[in-house]
Amino acid sequence: MGGYWLSALVFMPLLGAAFVTLQSDERAAWRSAFIFSLIPLAISFYVLAAFDARDAGYQFVEHYNWIPHFGVSYHIGVDGISLFLLLLTTILISLSLLYSGGGDIEFRAREFCFFMLVLETGLLGALVSIDLFLFYVFWEVMLVPMYFLIGIWGHGRKIYAAFKFILYTMLGSLLMLVAILYLVFKARSTLGHLSFDLPDLMTVPLTMTEARWLFAGFALAFAIKVPMWPVHTWLPDAHTEAPTAGSVILAGVMLKMGTYGFLRFAIPLFPDVAAEAAPIFMALAVVGIIFGALVALVQPDLKRLVAYSSVSHLGFVVLGMFALNPQGMEGAVYQMLNHGVSTGALFLLVGMVYLRRHTREIAEFGGLWHSIPVYAGIFMVVMLSSAGLPGLNGFVGEFLILLGAYLHTWLAAVFAVSGLILGALYLFYAYERVMFGPITRDVNRSLPDLSRREVAVMAPLLALMFLMGFFPRPLLNRIEPSVAALLQRTHSHVARIDSHPPTPAVVAAATRTANLR
Amino acid sequence: MAENFPLGLILLFPAIGVVFNLFFGRRAGRGTVNAVGAGVIGAAFVVGVIAFARLLAMAPGGALWCTLWPWIEAGSFKVDVALRFDALTAVMVLVVAGVATLIHIYSAGYMAEDEDYARFFTYMNLFVLSMLTLVLADNLLLMFVGWEGVGLCSYLLIAFWYTNPQFAYNGRKAFIVNRIGDAGFMLGILTLVWTLAQHGVWTLNFVEIHQHVNLIGSALATTIGILLFVGATGKSAQIPLYVWLPDAMVGPTPVSALIHAATMVTAGVYMIARLHFLYALGPDAMEVVAVIGAVTCFFAATIAITQPDIKRVLAYSTISQLGYMFLAVGVGAFSAGIFHLMTHAFFKGLLFLCAGSVIHGMGGEQDMNKMGGLAKKMPITCITMWAATLAITAIPPFAGFFSKDLILAGAYTSGHLVLYLIGLITAGLTGLYMFRLMFMTFHGASRVDDKVAHHVHESPPVMTIPLIALAILSVIGGWVGLPEGMAWGNAFARFLAPAVGSFKPAIEASEPALSGLSLAVTVVGIAIAYVFYLSSPGLATVLAWRARGLYQLLLEKYYIDEIYDTLVSRPLFFVAQYVLFRGIDHYTIDGLVDGTGITVEAGGEAVRRIETGNVQHYALVYLLGAVAIAAFYLYRVLR
Repeated sequence: MGGYWLSALVFMPLLGAAFVTLQSDERAAWRSAFIFSLIPLAISFYVLAAFDARDAGYQFVEHYNWIPHFGVSYHIGVDGISLFLLLLTTILISLSLLYSGGGDIEFRAREFCFFMLVLETGLLGALVSIDLFLFYVFWEVMLVPMYFLIGIWGHGRKIYAAFKFILYTMLGSLLMLVAILYLVFKARSTLGHLSFDLPDLMTVPLTMTEARWLFAGFALAFAIKVPMWPVHTWLPDAHTEAPTAGSVILAGVMLKMGTYGFLRFAIPLFPDVAAEAAPIFMALAVVGIIFGALVALVQPDLKRLVAYSSVSHLGFVVLGMFALNPQGMEGAVYQMLNHGVSTGALFLLVGMVYLRRHTREIAEFGGLWHSIPVYAGIFMVVMLSSAGLPGLNGFVGEFLILLGAYLHTWLAAVFAVSGLILGALYLFYAYERVMFGPITRDVNRSLPDLSRREVAVMAPLLALMFLMGFFPRPLLNRIEPSVAALLQRTHSHVARIDSHPPTPAVVAAATRTANLR
Repeated sequence: MAENFPLGLILLFPAIGVVFNLFFGRRAGRGTVNAVGAGVIGAAFVVGVIAFARLLAMAPGGALWCTLWPWIEAGSFKVDVALRFDALTAVMVLVVAGVATLIHIYSAGYMAEDEDYARFFTYMNLFVLSMLTLVLADNLLLMFVGWEGVGLCSYLLIAFWYTNPQFAYNGRKAFIVNRIGDAGFMLGILTLVWTLAQHGVWTLNFVEIHQHVNLIGSALATTIGILLFVGATGKSAQIPLYVWLPDAMVGPTPVSALIHAATMVTAGVYMIARLHFLYALGPDAMEVVAVIGAVTCFFAATIAITQPDIKRVLAYSTISQLGYMFLAVGVGAFSAGIFHLMTHAFFKGLLFLCAGSVIHGMGGEQDMNKMGGLAKKMPITCITMWAATLAITAIPPFAGFFSKDLILAGAYTSGHLVLYLIGLITAGLTGLYMFRLMFMTFHGASRVDDKVAHHVHESPPVMTIPLIALAILSVIGGWVGLPEGMAWGNAFARFLAPAVGSFKPAIEASEPALSGLSLAVTVVGIAIAYVFYLSSPGLATVLAWRARGLYQLLLEKYYIDEIYDTLVSRPLFFVAQYVLFRGIDHYTIDGLVDGTGITVEAGGEAVRRIETGNVQHYALVYLLGAVAIAAFYLYRVLR
């Protein structure tokens, strides 16, 4: 599978960004940005269609020398772990642009669209990079537009939030850079030349001590991005002050860079350390699940509530990932997608009500079901998806993660299950105060219900919630080979349970069952 | 032994109803919504009857099945969206779809004044869809889809009149309490997968679990059984998670009849019968089920005696009757439990519909202190409700007699003497609270407000016809399970035996002496009700005053809600707000982060002096610092 599909995917938004700056008026800017975002969307669907579900390795690979002197190459490709994240990115960017053009962003539309499209290039680039230098470049590139999106179009303490966001992330990034550089220099002694290429670096022999330190460097960078408890406090501020589209992309895709980083780099590069550190990460994940949910429960601000819910949901992803078995890890990848869809949709809904009332205080609402029933109905479905109601997308991920966690350490699953209760609690409690009860503020009486554009933004996400809940197999089947390949590198006790051959008694019983059918 | 059958049709029809009423209901108008809403459920019932006929034509122990599509697959774990229709499912499908059809018809009349009829029927159809998924699922995970789905519909319908904040709260309470149970249920599923996976078996399919059940040790079977039962205590309103059901009565009355009496709340009993082979391996789990069932049965009946609200009496009565069913399955009398589930669906569904008819006729009044003497004005409601009352109090030959008789006989012959006595006393209490309800509502002097009195009317035929249909079932519905030796004997148990096992066949038979005894106790209860509420109505007030401590305790439902609030809800919010959010998140972590910024500025000057120019040195210090911070937090967590 040759061609330049992935390069086209990554750099088309950049071309779009350049094109947008040439537009004379704002309407044209919105239109051209949206239309340009449809091109990578279409390419990502082509990649999905042409993707070979049985192949665990990279597909659509492009590999050229870039800075041969330093061992830097332009090496990109896509596998089962990154495939659907690419789609998630292209879908959410298009929907965010469509939504933002409807009145959410009131000034400097051209610049806004420019930053959104540059951001898309950064995100897609990081997802397809196999060369660590290339990855690091894209990783840093995505910070800049997000910084401006929060700082310029944000609300409230936007400067504080943007600054906190960038400082937190930079701290982690620098540590990761140190670790990458160490690894690259180490590679020279075994390979005979410098190399930033991931497959090369995976062959570098390391002492356990070295591996532990390097893993820590990567892990902290990614943990901040996820964000894992207790390095999560940049998130509520960044989310709350960001414009709606910024929050959607931040939650929907950018947080996944952390968990994706674990799956793509930290775990495969240092599989032994990952297996060794798994209990610590699972413990922190469980703390995050419970902590995030309980803190979300007492937030008076709807957007801050959703932000803390991300801490809880991403805790599930980390939990599944570090279970280091097929169920947990596939569940984690699936939950990354679910969170993008559900939380992206939640932020859009919060944005829509903010646009109407210019407040996100839960106490300002009440009885909205009566005045804007379509909005309330859609909110209900999104909430149920986020709460992991069986039949919708969230359940598939949560169940696989819980199963994976249970198979690794049953106690972790026992604690994590409380997330099911608390998740329902903060969502339903908020929903009740916003949608149910009598209308207590007169302004809420005559709010306009969702516009056609807003319904068009939500409809694809709602469809995904049902499709991914009913038919997860087409996705899981494509995710599985790459996850299985990754797990082969780790040595987990539980992974062995899964490959345990059935005992003779079991085979006999299975035959009986088959006869019964 | 098993043949393919398009069982998906049973689910397809309600699904069509949901989609139609949701998207086109308002435009289609009231008549169409009523017709479609009830019609699709009727269609599902008809398919169920056809499937039942196919099943009868097969040899005992047969089943119909239908795999719709492969669902979740990860590693060796695999589960399909697949349906299975055996004798147990047949009973459940016919009861659910049959009773639901009648209640949908009734709803057309009951909701005739409500503007939101389309939303109502959307939710009702969605409920039936979920409930049928629950009973048709061939594996535990798909069953859980239905299990949570019915919980969602329960929430939506309790909070149907959402503008009342109390109603909205009660809806949420129901959902959250159920989720607490469901968390236990989920752990049960996970433990089951884990247990079988140890032996290389990856399945949640009921037939396959049955095949491999001998791989599960007794201790694990007990653990799994109890965890799943935690889910049942939520869904089926048993101690300690019953608290949501009485509050659920604020929903429209057809909802109370369908969801909170006839179908959803029996899901826990169904689940245990479905997994009877697993519970049989864990006798301790069954003992827990039986004890919880018996205690709940008695406990709820005592509360029912004092409640003034007609629907609340019935709610506590439902909790009590569900307790009987759990007592039955807990002592191993599975078919008796399912038998009572069926007869209860008839007579309790009917009781609620009659109560709804009374409330409808009274213009929304639910307080029995403001009723009395309604028999003359609502003759059909009165007569049908008497049929249901005689059924629930187990007067022969009404339906409840046969099923309750088998339960008590099962408890006695299996050696649970204490549990039997509790069940026996509760039979008396049942007579007392039911006859109290009937006397206070339909007989004696009228206490109806003058303003309301001349409005009071019998309900229209669309409501009374379902009442009559259910009344007939309340009379004859028990005849499928006659005592052995009489006519066709217990045909019901024979039909069900292949599906729920018969590992203790001896306890599935009734004892004439025991029947006589429980009948006598019931009559005592009825006599007390007659004296206190009909012949000398003042006595009840006097007694309530004399024993005001006890009376208050019962009237206030043992203050369980208040206890839960003080011990669980308030501490949870307090910890979340002051410890986690303000304490840890805001002051500690953010304090450190912001503090770092300030320290760096101040420290910069000092640190300048120890600059060495060695990049590796810097990196190391940087790393150490970051790791130290991480380690510090980790230490705090793990400590």
